[in-house]
Amino acid sequence: MVEVGLSHYLTVAAILFTLGVFGIFLNRKNVIIILMSVELILLAVNINLVAFSIHLNDLAGQVFALLILAIAAAEAAIGLAIIVVYFRNRGSIAVEDINLMKG
Amino acid sequence: MSDTVTMADLYPVLPEVCLALMAMALLMFGVFRGDKSTSSCSWLAVLALLLTGVVMALLPEEADLAFGGQFVVDQFARFMKWLVLIGSALAVIMSINYNAREGIERFEFPVLILFASLGMLLMVSANDLISLYVGLELQSLSLYVIAAFRRDSAKSSEAGLKYFVLGALSSGMLLYGASMIYGFSGTTRFDALSNLFTGPSPDPGVGVVVGLVFLLAGLAFKVSAVPFHMWTPDVYEGAPTPVTAFFAVAPKIAAIALLVRTMIGPFGELFDQWQQIIIFISIASMVIGALAAIWQKNLKRLLAYSSIGHVGYALVGLAAGSEEGIRGIGVYMAIYLAMNIGTFCCVLSMRRQGVLVEGIEDLAGLARNHPMMAAAMAIFMFSMAGIPPLAGFFGKLYVFMAAVNEGLYILAIVGVLTSVVGAFYYLRIIKVMYFDDPEDAFDRLPAREIGLIMMVMGAFTLFFFIYPSPIIDGAGQAASVLFSAG
Repeated sequence: MVEVGLSHYLTVAAILFTLGVFGIFLNRKNVIIILMSVELILLAVNINLVAFSIHLNDLAGQVFALLILAIAAAEAAIGLAIIVVYFRNRGSIAVEDINLMKG
Repeated sequence: MSDTVTMADLYPVLPEVCLALMAMALLMFGVFRGDKSTSSCSWLAVLALLLTGVVMALLPEEADLAFGGQFVVDQFARFMKWLVLIGSALAVIMSINYNAREGIERFEFPVLILFASLGMLLMVSANDLISLYVGLELQSLSLYVIAAFRRDSAKSSEAGLKYFVLGALSSGMLLYGASMIYGFSGTTRFDALSNLFTGPSPDPGVGVVVGLVFLLAGLAFKVSAVPFHMWTPDVYEGAPTPVTAFFAVAPKIAAIALLVRTMIGPFGELFDQWQQIIIFISIASMVIGALAAIWQKNLKRLLAYSSIGHVGYALVGLAAGSEEGIRGIGVYMAIYLAMNIGTFCCVLSMRRQGVLVEGIEDLAGLARNHPMMAAAMAIFMFSMAGIPPLAGFFGKLYVFMAAVNEGLYILAIVGVLTSVVGAFYYLRIIKVMYFDDPEDAFDRLPAREIGLIMMVMGAFTLFFFIYPSPIIDGAGQAASVLFSAG
């Protein structure tokens, strides 16, 4: 049996973080997917923090993770609200349509 | 550190507590009175910001910690907080007439600006990675909403959407960096971090350095430094003009203050690791800010690139990493505030038959129709170009001098060269105003307060050289505090 240690958690978090960043930049379809990618990034950070917190035997990391959870919820709410406003104006939330301003 | 919180622990946070309470009271006031109370709400918001400043001035001057060391008040925080409060209050005043005319008169606007200002005050005083993040998000979340404040405009909602996506990404990068720093150093406290790295040969380990790079990338997004600047022109163009004026000053000053404190405070000993990065983003910002602005036709977009350039100049002071450099940043930010607020007052006055115009060509022949406004605009443009004896020249002088004294000649030379390139588009505006054939005159000045702000900022920019000592001394004290503590 392989012992699951800190490095395994860090690897998972790093993979999730990378997936999130690529999800934002490579996705050409839907803004909702960007919102999901943002959540992915924040959850990767949370895995990191909790793993470090256990490893260091220090509570600060878990407190930090709780605060991030709360703020991520607020961020998602605001993001969805902005997407609704945008959809009302343009009738589409496809990423390639977000091009009124350029240069 | 005791477990119980006494009243004495809360004294350093008193201005923030007051601002939070007043913002929530104002929210209730607005909810009960409805949108017809918007203008009284706005003036009350200005009053709240003023009162916060008064409370801050009444508190004892020495540095103090609160919330178990998460929050620090010192001369540096005080200086930057003054700038943030002034910028926010002026932005609220500038918005009153505009919002009423454009039919977006909603009481949430001043309340959101108050919450954003609260977030900025927390950022400036952050002494821990956790309070840094919480302050930053309180500011950012309010800003996302006010960028999209004009709900019926496709441009404004697109600006809000772009700002949200890139802002959320940058917060994610910043957090990933913070988690790495926490994991590999074992603490989130700034003072503990700086103790960790002191010693004859500080070896932070690769984990902390990777975390630091992510943290820097996240903060560079917030100050809109190249290569993380792509949101700035779109958001500046799309957002309603008073919001753009607000974005250009207060959040930028707060983010620069946060960047300076984070780099000089906990990571001051790792100067060799981050100096290269700061030099790179400073040069890149100066070059992109100067070159990309040349082809702009929209005044707000041009000001966005100009603000990217100004961030580059301010970061020259941070790259120097000396007390003199940080003093230069303080002076630069104060002058930047005055120039930008003044310029945006002019942009707000560009109305023809009630419709707001924002093209550079629309300024043609302004000097003949509105000589006072043209003179004010010319002062701001000359000052941004850095022509002596206007204020903008001194801002640049102090940061470049700091760079030269630290031996960063290339940085100073690039700075001077890009100022020359930048002067081209600033002077083009003056040429359009004074020498092109006049178009139809603009409407009369929309509101007395806008003209007043324009005049005060113009006078400040013009006569800064006569009595510069309050600002230079204030910035000097702010800088010395950062270096004496760390």
